Amino acid sequence: MVHLTADEKNAVTGLWSKVKVDDVGGEALGRLLVVYPWTQRFFDSFGDLSNADAVMGNAKVKAHGKKVLDAFAEGLKNVDNLKGTFAKLSELHCDKLHVDPENFRLLGNVLVVVLARHFGKEFTPQVQGAFQKLTLGVATALAHKYH
Amino acid sequence: MSLTRAERTIIMSMWGKISAQAEAIGTETLERLFTSYPQTKTYFPHFDLHPGSAHLRSHGSKVVVAVGDAVKNMDNIDSALSKLSELHAYILRVDPVNFKLLSHCLLVTMASHFPEDFTADAHAAWDKFLSVVSSVLTEKYR
Repeated sequence: MVHLTADEKNAVTGLWSKVKVDDVGGEALGRLLVVYPWTQRFFDSFGDLSNADAVMGNAKVKAHGKKVLDAFAEGLKNVDNLKGTFAKLSELHCDKLHVDPENFRLLGNVLVVVLARHFGKEFTPQVQGAFQKLTLGVATALAHKYH
Repeated sequence: MSLTRAERTIIMSMWGKISAQAEAIGTETLERLFTSYPQTKTYFPHFDLHPGSAHLRSHGSKVVVAVGDAVKNMDNIDSALSKLSELHAYILRVDPVNFKLLSHCLLVTMASHFPEDFTADAHAAWDKFLSVVSSVLTEKYR
């Protein structure tokens, strides 16, 4: 269960309304693959990931990053029921994709860094705190159906 | 895990800008740490943790200066931080998990202050560098 105060909910939705989901998703996934190269293990079919420029410019990375962030945005709309919202995706990541849930935590933190880069001062400690709760909640929800 | 020449170059090139705002960056990093990870406050019962407090500013500076010592001695971080390593192992005994939390908050602060400089390569270099610094500081724990 994620407990966001009313202020935190406002801060999160306020900031999110300004997020360019297309760009931020690709940047977050790209940075995950660059900063933690072992995460590339899930993306053999994505083509050239050999250096940062290749990764950040890779069309498949951008497309997949957008998909991931669109899913994350669903969580934002359903903060009170993250486990329900991500139940199917949780099963998928366990049974078909075989992704270690630690990767959800890594991606959540990379997303926070990307938001900080885009929003600068506006990404205050309080706003960060709210997003940390949210990303942790989503990561936990995605791991919930693992067996 | 050791830093490549390219990684060292990136880190040293950004350091000037960071150290010019050492107190602001250090203070903000700590504020982010205490806000996002309230359990980290348990190590500072003796501090005034209000944003902008003298304690936070002084301690924030200290942390950034120490990171700077590592930057200036990248071939020999163990020696450069040896005393700090002992301090953390025998006196402070901060649980190792907290170094990751502090490192993350420093990265967030840097990304927020230096969006253009904080490229994917810079992000990777700094994450790795702070991970090395954290290892040095926890090396003598047991």
